Amino acid sequence: MRNEPQESLISKLAKAPISVNGEIRIPISSDADIVIARQQGRAMAEQLGFSASDMTIIATAISEVARNIINFARRGEMIMSPFQRSPRRGILVVARDQGPGIPDIHLAMQDGYSTGKGLGMGLPGCRRLMDEFEIQSDVGKGTTVVMKKWSPEYDTGP
Amino acid sequence: MEVPILKQGSYLIATFQAALTDEDLLKLQDALVMQVGKYRSRGVIIDVTALDVMDSFAARTLRSLAYMVRLRGADTVIVGIQPEVAFAMVQLGLTLESVRIALDLEEGLAIMDQRTKTGKGLALVDQRAKRGVLREK
Amino acid sequence: MPKGNKELHDLGTLTTEKSSTVEDNIALLRELVSHLRQNRTQLRQEWARRITEAKLLTAMSQEEIFTEATAVYDNYVEALETGTFEALQAYARNLSERIIPRGVETHEVIGIVLLLRDVLARSLFAKYQHDFALLFRILDAYEPAANRIANTVSVGFVQERERTIRQQQEAIRELSTPVLQVRERLLILPIIGVIDPQRSRQLTEQLLRGIRTNRAKVVVIDITGVAAMDSNVANALVQTVEATRLLGATVIVTGLSPEIAQTLVTIGVDLAKMNTVGDLQGGIEEAERLLGYKVVPISETAQLA
Repeated sequence: MRNEPQESLISKLAKAPISVNGEIRIPISSDADIVIARQQGRAMAEQLGFSASDMTIIATAISEVARNIINFARRGEMIMSPFQRSPRRGILVVARDQGPGIPDIHLAMQDGYSTGKGLGMGLPGCRRLMDEFEIQSDVGKGTTVVMKKWSPEYDTGP
Repeated sequence: MEVPILKQGSYLIATFQAALTDEDLLKLQDALVMQVGKYRSRGVIIDVTALDVMDSFAARTLRSLAYMVRLRGADTVIVGIQPEVAFAMVQLGLTLESVRIALDLEEGLAIMDQRTKTGKGLALVDQRAKRGVLREK
Repeated sequence: MPKGNKELHDLGTLTTEKSSTVEDNIALLRELVSHLRQNRTQLRQEWARRITEAKLLTAMSQEEIFTEATAVYDNYVEALETGTFEALQAYARNLSERIIPRGVETHEVIGIVLLLRDVLARSLFAKYQHDFALLFRILDAYEPAANRIANTVSVGFVQERERTIRQQQEAIRELSTPVLQVRERLLILPIIGVIDPQRSRQLTEQLLRGIRTNRAKVVVIDITGVAAMDSNVANALVQTVEATRLLGATVIVTGLSPEIAQTLVTIGVDLAKMNTVGDLQGGIEEAERLLGYKVVPISETAQLA
């Protein structure tokens, strides 16, 4: 398969919050988008059978990473999708921006480290909230955060 | 979505909606700090029962709001934090340590009354009255 | 005569041809299915006999085994014929649901499926032994389908078993952490046994819900029955206390054993925020004090009143 058609599909998808195969993309460029992202994330979590507590936990983590985009890169996007690794499933949240990047990830992942716009709980807090958390950042290129939460509900259907 | 502020006697009551943007929160903070002086309020109750998520920004705003209100001579009580929200908050590391918290609006008003009207001396009388109730049984 | 059978006989003569196409396979499976249909009575009797002989499904009676064997046999043949496994899968799950409470083990289920595979393979051997080439091709078509069927049934059983175990674990967990109201606005939470992250989480959620429904102001968490505590459990306890405060209630922790107290100091968990009292009785007394109550013996009430 060639690359061009795939790329054009991605750019098409990036234009608006739409859903393909259960995947939701939300462009983040204002603080109202943070609210949209966490509401969509909560709705998806509910569909996947997460408990009320987990739904709030997921929405909170989404709120934190979306705010990081606004604060440090001004714009970016959030991608949320269900994933399955039989017999369990879960929600995958990706936050991506082309901002200035984080020079010292190790420092940013420490509790209480803040550049003044939050409580310094954002990223390390998200790692505690979610089951899996990965961050990659290149100075001058941008930051990508990938988070996963496993659903307690087992998918035993065919 | 703006947060409505209700004036009830010497208290101000602000009731949060489900989805508040950062801007709404900052507007609320400014409005409350302003109105505390305007109405000579003794206390501010912030009802977050409907709030879906309390993230670090919301927590920081509430903390500084409570501090500013105190500098203006009034007390702040936050009421109605939902169990799920509280659970997510502590995992995120948000404990709102310096802020007074009560279960719901009713409890928040009771705390306010105790602090602003009756004061410490009368609180002791209240205890004796409750003791009496228990003895009767 | 159906088209499939004619093709089959044509193919049967091509003894040197080793590779078989998808179409050949379909034709071969069709032949196979009609053989299994024709010999249904005899084959399932043979299967039931072998099950008993191998001392499998001992928890079930002869009649039960024969009934289940018939149903599995028919679903088996259907799966071979249609290539779809939904019906078999559903039956396997249903069967598992019925036999798990009776103590049927995983090895028995795998054993009976393998026996059926063996019974059928033997009958195919008996029928086609005059033509080895055809026999091999029939077996080539039969093997993958039979393996998939065996897999489906066994996996269905294991999944059902796991589901049962999870349900039971869930039930035990809920039973083991009661949130009790002692007095108006006072709850106690006696924790007994081992605390793992999952349980501590469930415990916290239950407590928080209890605080809201009972409008509690004070909670006494008694950990006399907790055997050991590591830093994870201690931190979870600290989080529970913090979450409780966010609901406007106060926590009193009681029953910290000398060993646990020592562990907490050694691992450096900050319990400064925690209100601790020696034993449950002291904790309840302290809670009553916070709520403004005082318990007085009846003899004294007359004097005081």
